[in-house]
Amino acid sequence: MSDKNSGLIASLAHQGISRRTFMKYCATLASMMALPPSAGRAMAEAMAAARRPSVIWLPFQECTGCTESITRSHSPSLEGLIFDAISLDYQETLMAAAGHQAEEALEKAIEENKGKFVLIIDGSVATGLDGAYSCIAGRTNLELLKRVAPHAGAIVAMGSCAAFGGIPKANPNPTAAVAVTDIIKDKPVVNIPGCPPIPVVMTGVLAHYLTFGSLPELDKLGRPKAFYGETIHDRCYRRPFYDQGKFAKTFDDEGARKGWCLFELGCKGPVTYNACATVKWNGGTSWPVESGHGCLGCSEPDFWDGGGFYRALSMPADPLKMAATAAVVGTAAGVAATFANRAKKGAAKSAHETVTLADLEK
Amino acid sequence: MNEMQFLTWVRGPGLDIAIGIFLLGVLWRLIEIYTLGRKQDVAPGRQRDGASGLHTVFRRSVPPPGMVRKSPVTYIGGYVFHIGLAIIVFLFAPHIALIRDLTGLSWPGLPSQFVDLVTVVTMAAMVVVLFDRINKPAKRYLSTFQDWFTWTLTFLPVLTGWMAVQHLLLPYTTMLALHILSVELLLIFLPFTKLFHTFTVFGSRWYLGKINGHRGVPV
Repeated sequence: MSDKNSGLIASLAHQGISRRTFMKYCATLASMMALPPSAGRAMAEAMAAARRPSVIWLPFQECTGCTESITRSHSPSLEGLIFDAISLDYQETLMAAAGHQAEEALEKAIEENKGKFVLIIDGSVATGLDGAYSCIAGRTNLELLKRVAPHAGAIVAMGSCAAFGGIPKANPNPTAAVAVTDIIKDKPVVNIPGCPPIPVVMTGVLAHYLTFGSLPELDKLGRPKAFYGETIHDRCYRRPFYDQGKFAKTFDDEGARKGWCLFELGCKGPVTYNACATVKWNGGTSWPVESGHGCLGCSEPDFWDGGGFYRALSMPADPLKMAATAAVVGTAAGVAATFANRAKKGAAKSAHETVTLADLEK
Repeated sequence: MNEMQFLTWVRGPGLDIAIGIFLLGVLWRLIEIYTLGRKQDVAPGRQRDGASGLHTVFRRSVPPPGMVRKSPVTYIGGYVFHIGLAIIVFLFAPHIALIRDLTGLSWPGLPSQFVDLVTVVTMAAMVVVLFDRINKPAKRYLSTFQDWFTWTLTFLPVLTGWMAVQHLLLPYTTMLALHILSVELLLIFLPFTKLFHTFTVFGSRWYLGKINGHRGVPV
């Protein structure tokens, strides 16, 4: 890793990124985050001058997919380079140090950058058996989080597991996994959900923090509004087909080949707030719906238990269990009522007495 | 419970319970009503009742002469919201997907913007009909709690569905869940209120037409 005191721009220049390219990038980033045009320049200036911020990345119950997403899929884009250019003081997957050296690096980074470092967490926090399901260097994730978080300048929960519990929290949640925000209550946490999340969202949040010294505006689930403000469905290029009532019924029918809407194949786009439809993936190459598969809703809480990826939102989430029994009970009740009514009529008939003229004259 | 869990609940256990109660109630009441029978009429019919039953099924869908002018809100409002509801329920693509999943039957849907327009017109008609019920002393006098209750049960699914599509008031996920929940309430109460006319309307028209024909008023 290069000299910690050199600015970001110097690091980028070293890797062949011109100032002009960097300015364009910052302007794009600012516009993506719905900031005014002047913010692009401010962002570029702040980022260019910024000392590379110390970042501590704690991996908990995770699959490393989030790290893969950010370090590889976009490489060698600006995101990747900026990510290289921060001072990543502790990241088990990427760091050279191991064992005690690694733990020392963590403690040193905390001491040297108290109140300033960015804490990124990916993976959920196991709380079952006092957190023993997931340990690093003999410490549980829970202990580690409680040790590091109070000293962080900003906390970012990276990926759906850290943000909402994700797959480890899926029913029946054997490790009693929870989200970072279930443990950290006294500090703002930026949630960047997604399985994995979009790299530019991460750099957008980082750029905002470097430029304004604060976190971007968040929604009630702690997500940056700029990226999670609209649903996939509302920004989907297949939306006109939904409105026209043209749907793919299987993955290889005529509708699928013509690129019609995937709603009936279980697309969760209407209830998923993310930027995939506009930012896309792999440097803007494509995204799941463009490749012909419906959205899984991976950036929403509990997406894993949302009733099946291939069932349309308007279809039952589970098979109906009561219908058959209810039909039998209903029929039985109808038949019972019939007999009761017949008996009543029979009784009325047998109790009937003929009225004679003599009766009326009484 | 977060909004996604709420949505999954109404799409899962909630729907299961609602459809269960709906089926139970519909079968129970249909069997009970159609087996009720009638006391044997020992007097001979004035004439053969012929096709009076069948005719009445259709004739009662057409207003008697002069009645539209006399009571326009009841007739026109009534037509508009009944036809509107049928279009919304049976010709909106996501609804057809649900019917296909439950029954295996499907048919083509209408463009969502058209259904949207029909929804607005339907809601307007329902509101006008409600105001008429409040305004006209005779209608108000004849109204019971069930009339107000069933109006609300019918109106809520239309309103919440439209608000979900238009992204009004609440996030789409929550509004969609509320929409499904309101439909479930409708399903639960339908068999046990006057809304059961969805199942009995043509049967009762046939019955009355036949009786009237038997008594000498054939149509």
